[in-house]
Amino acid sequence: MDYRNDFKFLKQGIIYFDNAATTLKPDKVIEKMDDYYYNYPSNAHRGDYNISIKASTEFENTRSLVKKFINAKKTEEIIFTSGATDSINMAIYGYFLNNLKKDDEVLITKSEHASIVIPWFDLENKLGIKVRYIDLNDDYTFNIENFKTMINPNTKVISIAEITNVIGDKRDIKEITKIAHENNIKVLVDASQSIGHVKIDVTDTDVDFLAFSAHKMLGPTGVGVLYGKEELLNEISYRKGGGTSISFENPSEIIYKDLPYKLEAGTQNIAGVIGLSEAIKFLNEVGLDYIEDYTNNLKEYLVSKLENNKNITMYNPDVEGSILIFNVKNVFAQDTAIYLNNHNICVRAGDHCDKKLHDETNMKNTVRISLYFYNTKEEIDKLVDALNNDNILEESIL
Amino acid sequence: MNEDLKRELIIENYNNPVNKGLTNDKDYISIEKSNPSCIDHFKIEIKLKDNIVEDIRFDGEACAISTSALSISISKLIGKTKEEALNIIDNYNKMILNEEYDSKVLEELEIYKDISKQPARAKCATIGINGIKDLLEKN
Repeated sequence: MDYRNDFKFLKQGIIYFDNAATTLKPDKVIEKMDDYYYNYPSNAHRGDYNISIKASTEFENTRSLVKKFINAKKTEEIIFTSGATDSINMAIYGYFLNNLKKDDEVLITKSEHASIVIPWFDLENKLGIKVRYIDLNDDYTFNIENFKTMINPNTKVISIAEITNVIGDKRDIKEITKIAHENNIKVLVDASQSIGHVKIDVTDTDVDFLAFSAHKMLGPTGVGVLYGKEELLNEISYRKGGGTSISFENPSEIIYKDLPYKLEAGTQNIAGVIGLSEAIKFLNEVGLDYIEDYTNNLKEYLVSKLENNKNITMYNPDVEGSILIFNVKNVFAQDTAIYLNNHNICVRAGDHCDKKLHDETNMKNTVRISLYFYNTKEEIDKLVDALNNDNILEESIL
Repeated sequence: MNEDLKRELIIENYNNPVNKGLTNDKDYISIEKSNPSCIDHFKIEIKLKDNIVEDIRFDGEACAISTSALSISISKLIGKTKEEALNIIDNYNKMILNEEYDSKVLEELEIYKDISKQPARAKCATIGINGIKDLLEKN
């Protein structure tokens, strides 16, 4: 299926291979937000007039769509945030800060994003918990046996991505959660890279918390979701106080509203949330199975083409998924990215917010290609042609 | 200078930068500089004696423009008084910002003039030299 006509941006001729950073937005998502701003630009959950009721209805309609999209049991378990980082912070500072104590252990890996690592380091400083790393396989993928051997009576949380943003390996969240729960370990999943790429079913996997951003699933920036089991979300201590979240302002008897509103203080990103509804409808139409198959095949094609280039070192060619990281011999990753930019090809260079992984391996800074269902073999051919050049460093300059 | 020569000078200073490697000597003052929008990272050491920039050294990993610009800056600034060095840096920054500057004091550093036209590269051309500036101003 060709969905390229649904993205006005693609008519510019720019080849966009930085989908792990953010995806493109279909015209329908942009039009949905325009429609809000043009035709019912009012606050939600506030007014007694038609356009406000329309805004509230559309806002809550998105919540229902998110619930179905990740198969949550209740809409109360879907909290809108400003993005995955905000969601993860809400879970860690709102729940775990109050439920962990000195010497409790949190398991992560060295391929987690900074948004996971940093809040846990902060809790290590604040509470004296221990952040421990589950050893990765030689190809930097997750090893479930290593996870099992790390578990001891102090282990209280495992906090990992479902798909990592550098290596791109998909972890078996259902199995990991099963093992975790058998040992009274809570599971916080960063679904930033898996949302919109693979099917997510929080009821089936039984995860405790799951975080993602709208902008990595065709939606707008500035919107994210924290899924949490209702009983856990109810334990989150008040994080931001303000309109919507409380019923009284008398300091001695603040009464919090019920979920989800008690965790959504202040006016939300209404246009963004409403825009997300179209993104979900679009993804449902394309189909997640199709997206997963298509991007896996596209990566295989990319790897098969780059294998013929003697100057290229690929670091994760055999990992199934939509992400490939590589370097060009004797060219700094950023110079490669700037060279490709001169060819209208957008790629990411750097440590991809994962300093730990790069400290541990010889990869350091790399170039990352991250694919999505609107990318094509023709685009990959153009990339492969551009990289088939012995003068990349020279041509990146001036 | 024609484009090929400019490019050659940049590549030469990227592949073989001057004074790479730190002394960790107590006579040197040091600073770390990173570019928040990219991955360039330098540690820079300076030895100041009697108001003269006696030595500058660096270590780190960065792109061709960042590394070569720092290398050429180091060659240019060693032996200058603190005030002369700051004057060169001031004129260099003006050139990158497309403001009026004194071309006489910059000499080969002028090869980075056109770099400022590439938005992705302007910060690369200044990260190292502004690390030197911070150190000189604070000491």
